[in-house]
Amino acid sequence: MPFMPVKFNLQRRVKLAQGLWMLYWFSVIAGILIFSLGIFFKIELRKRSEMMDNNESHLVPNLLILVGLLACGLNAFGGKVCHDSLDPIKFSKWKPMLKTYLLLCCGFNVLLVLVSLLCFLMQFSVYLTLAEGLSYAIRFYKDTDTPGRCFMKRTLDMTQIEFHCCGNNNFRDWFEVQWISNRYLDMSNDVVKDRVLSNVEGKYLMDSVPFSCCNPGSPRPCIQHHLTNNSAHYDYDHRTEELNIWTRGCLEALFSYYSSLMSSIGVFVLFAIILESVDMAGLKYLSTALETMAEPENPECESEGWLLEKGVKETFSDLLTKLKTLGRTNQVEGGDAPEANT
Amino acid sequence: MLLKITFTQQRRVRLAQGLWLMSWLAVMSGAFIFCLGVYLKTELLRRAEVMDNTEIHMVPNILMMVGLVSIGTNWVATRVCQDSLDASRFPRWKLLLMAWFAVAMLLCCLLLAVVVLSYALQGRLEESLKVGLRNGIRFYKDTDVPGRCFQKETIDRLQMEFRCCGNNNFKDWFEVQWVSNRYLDFTSKDVKDRIRSNVDGRFLLDGVPFSCCNPASPRPCLQYHLTDNSAHYSYDYQAEELNLYSRGCRQALTDYYMEMMNSTGPGVLSVILIQMSVLVSLRYLQTAVEGATALEDPEGESVGYLLEKGVKETFEDVKANVLDILKFAQVDPSAAEGSPGAEDAEKPADNTTEKAASPTPSPAS
Repeated sequence: MPFMPVKFNLQRRVKLAQGLWMLYWFSVIAGILIFSLGIFFKIELRKRSEMMDNNESHLVPNLLILVGLLACGLNAFGGKVCHDSLDPIKFSKWKPMLKTYLLLCCGFNVLLVLVSLLCFLMQFSVYLTLAEGLSYAIRFYKDTDTPGRCFMKRTLDMTQIEFHCCGNNNFRDWFEVQWISNRYLDMSNDVVKDRVLSNVEGKYLMDSVPFSCCNPGSPRPCIQHHLTNNSAHYDYDHRTEELNIWTRGCLEALFSYYSSLMSSIGVFVLFAIILESVDMAGLKYLSTALETMAEPENPECESEGWLLEKGVKETFSDLLTKLKTLGRTNQVEGGDAPEANT
Repeated sequence: MLLKITFTQQRRVRLAQGLWLMSWLAVMSGAFIFCLGVYLKTELLRRAEVMDNTEIHMVPNILMMVGLVSIGTNWVATRVCQDSLDASRFPRWKLLLMAWFAVAMLLCCLLLAVVVLSYALQGRLEESLKVGLRNGIRFYKDTDVPGRCFQKETIDRLQMEFRCCGNNNFKDWFEVQWVSNRYLDFTSKDVKDRIRSNVDGRFLLDGVPFSCCNPASPRPCLQYHLTDNSAHYSYDYQAEELNLYSRGCRQALTDYYMEMMNSTGPGVLSVILIQMSVLVSLRYLQTAVEGATALEDPEGESVGYLLEKGVKETFEDVKANVLDILKFAQVDPSAAEGSPGAEDAEKPADNTTEKAASPTPSPAS
């Protein structure tokens, strides 16, 4: 008893072939979209790789690029098969390949499921990489004369300006780090000497932030230095002041950007999985409908198409026995050897 | 006849088909011109707060209008092409085609004018930006005055986005009080000294807002006491280049808009070419089809041309036509007496001039 059989006459077969051809070309476009999303994601990761200590994992964008290319190829082949399906001569050369092609599509769907899962799960890894990378970035902000780190200041400033954020978790991260290079500090000055001696590691710490933390929406010109000292500025209370500098941390800002990007890519891949499954079902129906034609010479005859030749359970048990026999051919059958001799 | 070409039936059919395709291409290029106009207008409106007048808006306005009209006229051209090979449907387009040619020529002239304008208005744009930015810098501190509360944010974002500082350069900030009085401690000696140091009683500093800071500087940004070398360690005001943005915002914005308009130049020129080729091809198709319908054998050869007579003669005819129309409008004192005779004499003359100007050839007569 076939699984989900459907009767087909000539008109329905033609409609199915045409509809399936259009659907395959939509899937090719979806494959191209996945490919370009992978490239976009890769570029975005590279742009901010300094914030992630050049340590970020490119697994997801590489997989997306690979999957996109595979999707294009497989679906273009499927479209070609559909295009030729109503011409028996052309179709006969594709017929033997259909079984392997459907198996490949199955495997490809599994790969898509895996990619979609990764899009959601790898967000944790991105979060951890960002946290580590940003803390290094803040520490190396002042090293504009060290090769390999000279552009850290510019990158971090541009990131804080672009994403409207300050520091790793909040602006107080800047208080714990010396972000002014020693070459701009007058070591003979008393104030400087006091500050340097005030902590164990001899760092010049201040309760100040760089200019890139300033919020242009503040009605007051930006207050960068002596942030915790109310008397240093006229009419200033650091506990109630909200608009002066950005209050959000760059970890949160960057992570929300990347996570929304990855989530939307994951959702799009899920949509592509559904599209691929519909393609596979359609192709199975079309191929079985063309095979079961009672009179191959008469194109107008009726035929039947199905998803599985037997029911789900029977197909599954058939598959299991096949796998078992595959294993058994490697073993030597005890009973066969004497029979072969006689 | 000017630039005549003989057309067989097959060539006429090919011309009609090719022209149909080209007219659709022209429709799409009209849409492109419209979108270009919309894009330019949006970009100009985004920075409208730092511009004093809207003269530069002429360029995107003309582009949008030309785009819309071009879509309409080229769509009409596609309809004409479709009807051109059907002898019963083509004659109704005859009158419309004269108007069509005039409109198409006008569109090409307008597009050329746009290209010229975009260069010519550069001076006006700079003037407008100069006044707008000067006001923006002056009202930077007025974040509590309704109508000007967002001036500070606008100028800060502008300076950060375009990497510029001040109107001509950062010294413009030295001449203006950009810190509001509500954040100044008037009991402080420093504040009192600064206010007394100038006639208007303004609090002037040799400092700039944070948005002038250049992130590419190796040193944390120095905003205040810029002209005082001793206020900062290892600092020389004359030699320091990277600390702040050195470009003025007027220059930055002018460069930005000029670059945008220059990059659209080639696109506009190619649209002019497409429109001209549609115009010329449609003229050939019209004359060829009309010539064919006048023949005994409509499928035979006919001659297509651009102008029935030479350029000078056509010009004379058009001039005479226009003068006649003007003469009708004037009161002719001699016509009052011999008016019936004069009118009768003029009418046939008008008919002949109209016939000569219209493209219907009458080779048989």
